[in-house]
Amino acid sequence: MTKPLSIRNITAHYGQTKVLEDLSLDIAEGELVSLLGASGCGKTTTLRLVAGFLQPTSGNITLGGKDLTKLPAHQRDIGLVFQNYALFPHLSVAENVGFGLKQRGISGEAKTKRVGAMLERVGLAHLAERLPGALSGGQKQRVALARALVIEPPLLMFDEPLSNLDAKLRVDMRVEIRQLQRANGTTSVYVTHDQEEAFSISDRVAIMHAGKIMQLDTPENLYQRPANAFVARFVGFENLVPMKVVARDGAQITAEAAGGVKLTLGLEHFGAIPDNFVLACRADGLAVTDNMGAEGIPTTLGLRTYLGRAYQYQSDTAAGMLVANGPLSRPLEPGSSAKLVPVPDQCTILAVETP
Amino acid sequence: MPTKIHPALIGFTALVFLFLVGPLVIVVGAALSDTTFLTFPPQGFSLRWFQNIFEIDAFRRTILTSLQVAVISTFVALLIGIPASYAMSRYRIQLPGWLSTLFVLPVLVPELVLGFSLLKNLAFQFNAPIFLSLIIGHTILILPYVIRVISASLASFDFSIEEAAISLGSPPLKTFFTVLLPNVRSGVIAAFILAFITSVNDVSISIFLTGPGISTLPIQLLAHMEQFFDPTVASVSVMLMVLTVAVMAIVERTLGLTFLAK
Repeated sequence: MTKPLSIRNITAHYGQTKVLEDLSLDIAEGELVSLLGASGCGKTTTLRLVAGFLQPTSGNITLGGKDLTKLPAHQRDIGLVFQNYALFPHLSVAENVGFGLKQRGISGEAKTKRVGAMLERVGLAHLAERLPGALSGGQKQRVALARALVIEPPLLMFDEPLSNLDAKLRVDMRVEIRQLQRANGTTSVYVTHDQEEAFSISDRVAIMHAGKIMQLDTPENLYQRPANAFVARFVGFENLVPMKVVARDGAQITAEAAGGVKLTLGLEHFGAIPDNFVLACRADGLAVTDNMGAEGIPTTLGLRTYLGRAYQYQSDTAAGMLVANGPLSRPLEPGSSAKLVPVPDQCTILAVETP
Repeated sequence: MPTKIHPALIGFTALVFLFLVGPLVIVVGAALSDTTFLTFPPQGFSLRWFQNIFEIDAFRRTILTSLQVAVISTFVALLIGIPASYAMSRYRIQLPGWLSTLFVLPVLVPELVLGFSLLKNLAFQFNAPIFLSLIIGHTILILPYVIRVISASLASFDFSIEEAAISLGSPPLKTFFTVLLPNVRSGVIAAFILAFITSVNDVSISIFLTGPGISTLPIQLLAHMEQFFDPTVASVSVMLMVLTVAVMAIVERTLGLTFLAK
């Protein structure tokens, strides 16, 4: 039933504005891929193109080898879950769930049975006769989920399905969505702007910016090995320091940053390091110490904020302003001198990007 | 603890109420009078002036014409107004902002001007039959009301509901009838009633467009008044009032009046 989705070289415009540029994306059978990015990055446009509510300027979309590009939306057979639920206000819960079956000519006993089974699965069997107006947000989203799943679509798409729910329910619902998706093995596209949500629910995540996919990878790889500066910043590498290798010595290299700051880095953690590179570190990746003998970036500490698990310092260095964390046990005063020691686990190496 | 209301406020409210309802009471009273001239308070009691309406051939014919014109022009206005409101709500972003103003423009033009211009163009220029002219005139008159009321109910309609239906396999046109219309039903009914009442009660446009042989009830009423000053005038007015109130009562019962004010 479930099928792989292939988006090939899609370009799309709103009037004169280009919103997607030469976007390609392959999603394997049964895989859940999230499109993650800020509003205006093109993630919802991509979903609407696949759904058939928008037409691409060029490129094509295939589902299980079948070309969807010219197919009208109502013939695409895709299950959609909307941010605002989009339930039919004039129909009962059961009629909402049965709507898609009715369009497929399934009625009577067969329809009742499938609707009942589906409502049972989302735990709403007791509310079958209610109108959507009488449901809570979480219940509405369950009905929307059931309505999309009951037609057993080869592709499921979610458009920020949890944005209107409160924090606790959001976490519960995303686990539920993932379980249902896994159980059915349905190929899925999940659009969200919430990084935690995308990472927790997806097999792979596409981080989007300005109509392009910046990186498509597993959550683990995105989090630890971002491919470029944009993704690095997106997943929390706050400090990006351009450096140049000045000496190579077996398993380690010495590199120099602006202002003559020198660092020695071990190759066993970072792998191959090109002559010019960008050292990307999370705030946790630069440990603040007042041991001036340590190997690190000399700094004058600025504003100190309390994070609960650490103190964070705005640190003025010869290589620019950096954000670094120091231990709770040793609060250091703003204005004092310190060293920022790179923590390999919380740092990564990026290639230099030509703008 | 109940708030104490100032007696002057009660008095003032009573006066306003009297001012609003007073004339209606006088009309009803006059219609029930047993005299051959209009008078209030009524002298005697008789329903013969109501009976009289149906005995005068001109009234019988114009009642029928008024109803026909109202029903047909209301349907035409809905046929134009529903798709127009839909398009303006659905594609609000793509369409220019002045478009919705354009559709409400006939309300801003004095009805007399509208009536005169229709007379000049429809009747003189194109020699259109009177009945057709009436239909066209009334449709133009009530279309802005229809569009306003239906647009108001579409404003709260979430168009992703329509997309949900389409994604589940319902073709767009079918979706319009099975999903969109049921959800703006109250707006459509309200528009129908408002349009119907406006058409039945219209004088200023009809007075230009009616002619030999074909007239509407309010115009016939004016003509009748010029010759006779009997309580028939009052009884016709009461009949029109009752019709309006009855329609309103049905709306109130089925949908509630509040949505008319939306």
